[in-house]
Amino acid sequence: MSRQARRLRVEPITCHAHGICRELLPELVRLDEWGYPIVEDGPVPAVLRTAARSAVRACPTLALRLDRGH
Amino acid sequence: MSAAQERTAVTVDAPAPPSGIAVQSAAREVRRLVAGWANTGMPAGLAEHRRRYGPVPIGAFPGRGGAARLIAMVERSGLRGRGGGGFPTARKLAAVAAGRGPRTVVANGCEGDPTSTKDRTLMELAPHLVIDGIELAAHAVGATDAVLCVHERSTAFPALVDALRERGPTRTAMRIVEVPRRYVASEETALVNLLDRSDPRPRGRLPRPTERGVRGRPTLVDNVETLAHLALIASNGDAWFREVGTVESPGTMLVTVGGAVNDPGVYEIEQGTPLGAILHMAGGPLVPVQAVLVGGLGGTWLGTEAETMPFSHEGARGRGTALGIASVIALPVEACGIAESARVLRYLAGESASQCGPCMFGLPAIAHDMTELAARPDRAGQVATRLRSRLAVIPGRGACAHPDGAVRLAASTLRVFAEDVARHTAGRACPWIGQRYWMPVPTGQPR
Amino acid sequence: MGQSLWFASRGTGLVTALLLTATTVLGAIHTGRVTGARWPRFTLHAMHRNLSLITLVFLVVHIASAIVDPYAGIEWLDTVVPFVSTYHPFWLGLGAVALDLVLAVLVTSLLRTRIGLRRWRAVHFSAYALWPIAMLHGIGIGGLDTQLGWVLVIYAACTIAVILALARRLLVRDPDRDARRRAWTS
Repeated sequence: MSRQARRLRVEPITCHAHGICRELLPELVRLDEWGYPIVEDGPVPAVLRTAARSAVRACPTLALRLDRGH
Repeated sequence: MSAAQERTAVTVDAPAPPSGIAVQSAAREVRRLVAGWANTGMPAGLAEHRRRYGPVPIGAFPGRGGAARLIAMVERSGLRGRGGGGFPTARKLAAVAAGRGPRTVVANGCEGDPTSTKDRTLMELAPHLVIDGIELAAHAVGATDAVLCVHERSTAFPALVDALRERGPTRTAMRIVEVPRRYVASEETALVNLLDRSDPRPRGRLPRPTERGVRGRPTLVDNVETLAHLALIASNGDAWFREVGTVESPGTMLVTVGGAVNDPGVYEIEQGTPLGAILHMAGGPLVPVQAVLVGGLGGTWLGTEAETMPFSHEGARGRGTALGIASVIALPVEACGIAESARVLRYLAGESASQCGPCMFGLPAIAHDMTELAARPDRAGQVATRLRSRLAVIPGRGACAHPDGAVRLAASTLRVFAEDVARHTAGRACPWIGQRYWMPVPTGQPR
Repeated sequence: MGQSLWFASRGTGLVTALLLTATTVLGAIHTGRVTGARWPRFTLHAMHRNLSLITLVFLVVHIASAIVDPYAGIEWLDTVVPFVSTYHPFWLGLGAVALDLVLAVLVTSLLRTRIGLRRWRAVHFSAYALWPIAMLHGIGIGGLDTQLGWVLVIYAACTIAVILALARRLLVRDPDRDARRRAWTS
């Protein structure tokens, strides 16, 4: 597994506000009043990396992405 | 209204231009893009165009080496995009030129923002200059074909068709494509999407068109005014381009002035000209003005203290705003800025492509809030608070900049018309609401 | 000894039908905006996935015991190629169709992140065809078993459950879907 910093990002068109990312990763994701995710800026803390990866896998529309940091 | 620098307006004695828009320049040396028209009062035909500007200077930049020199010249000139983004043109050219496989040029003449008429004016009055620019850009990036995009039923369409016919076969295969008359359809990725899948909706920031655009090819998408400047730079050199304007924002720029001014229209200005001088060029205020909307319907309101603002990228940045599509709409004192903004927001909400949650739900919500603020007392300040909290979460979460523009407009409304907001929330509405509207918002758009 | 494999196959077949029903019901109801405090969406999704795996286990036992048992002469090929068996070719063939669909759903789900959403969804939605085919296989090939009262009750309950789940799926409001449909582009 890469030790590089990763950033969590939502593909805006693909997201249909299912909200699973919020359930699995409440530390980094909150929902706006319409149910769409607001993701914390900045690199994902190491302790949350596993949870972040499972959130990415769990998204029904694959809208949540984990990018390599830049 | 005092202007920091008074420029003597040189009126050109000429019959009304075909589009009925008066075009003037402040001084002779800044009549560049519109020089062909300004001398005869008629759109320049091919012969007249060649007489004035000479042949397309591709001969001076032969082969791939010449193309690289052309890009270097554009870089030295400091030309920045005139489609609202202000991105350095040479960087885009270089990115596409470095791409693999066949390349395409898309000239964006759609001008989706209703406050702006500069692009269609340019295409009507100097179509050959725009086409020269397309040919040069195509040569610079090594493109095999070019597409000129205009809105359906655009007044510029006949002028462009005639111009292409006059020229006969061009170096680069060129065709005109009509684009649906929607606000977001003229966005860069929306044009690519339209050409690829007949879907006029933005596709998201990645992949960038310069890397993967039409049919997966590296695609150059540039505004028609940008391309016209490119043609002049190729003929006259980068030093010539930099003779006017500022260091960071060199050259001239077309500005649309509207609202409560005596001579609304399109003006070619030196970048860096103070906003007040631009309004003066447009005949000055029709009635006392309280604010101007700069940069389009998704732009920023500025109070009258902004008349000293230099109309340049750095000048606008210094005042917390951006040039956008370079339109300036003056709002009279006897008008309600909140009601105007509410109407604009309702329009922008209806123009959402409805692909991203924060935009398709957020924009109608803030439009509703602003309408409430304009129409009803809000003594507990609930509506204003709710609006502010929504403005904080919407930007940056859409696939394009459409929601960001709407939020920018709403936020500047609350700032510039703060006194009006206070009055409205206390229950004292303006007497002006419903009398007439000054912002050019299209009505009757089918949903 | 001779009979126990056959009983195992029939028994696990019925259990598989029950598990498949539960899996399908959970699959139908955990889509859309169903977030509740007690049954958050991810919990329902996890249950759906776990149940589908348990279903697979029982399915494997059901098929294996049917093949190993010499009574009906079922070859392994008959379980994937429909309608070529010598034993009740039609009803067994339905089972083969169902198994093929199960394999397709399984493979695409394992490769979900690689094949893209549209392709995954197209195959996964065939689950709505998979369930009735599997049930028909069970009812048809059951023979005398299907005439037992308690077996009929089980089949009836499964059918009602799936119908209710489908109804909920079709009736639940999705603001996102509605907003996209209302767009000027549609």
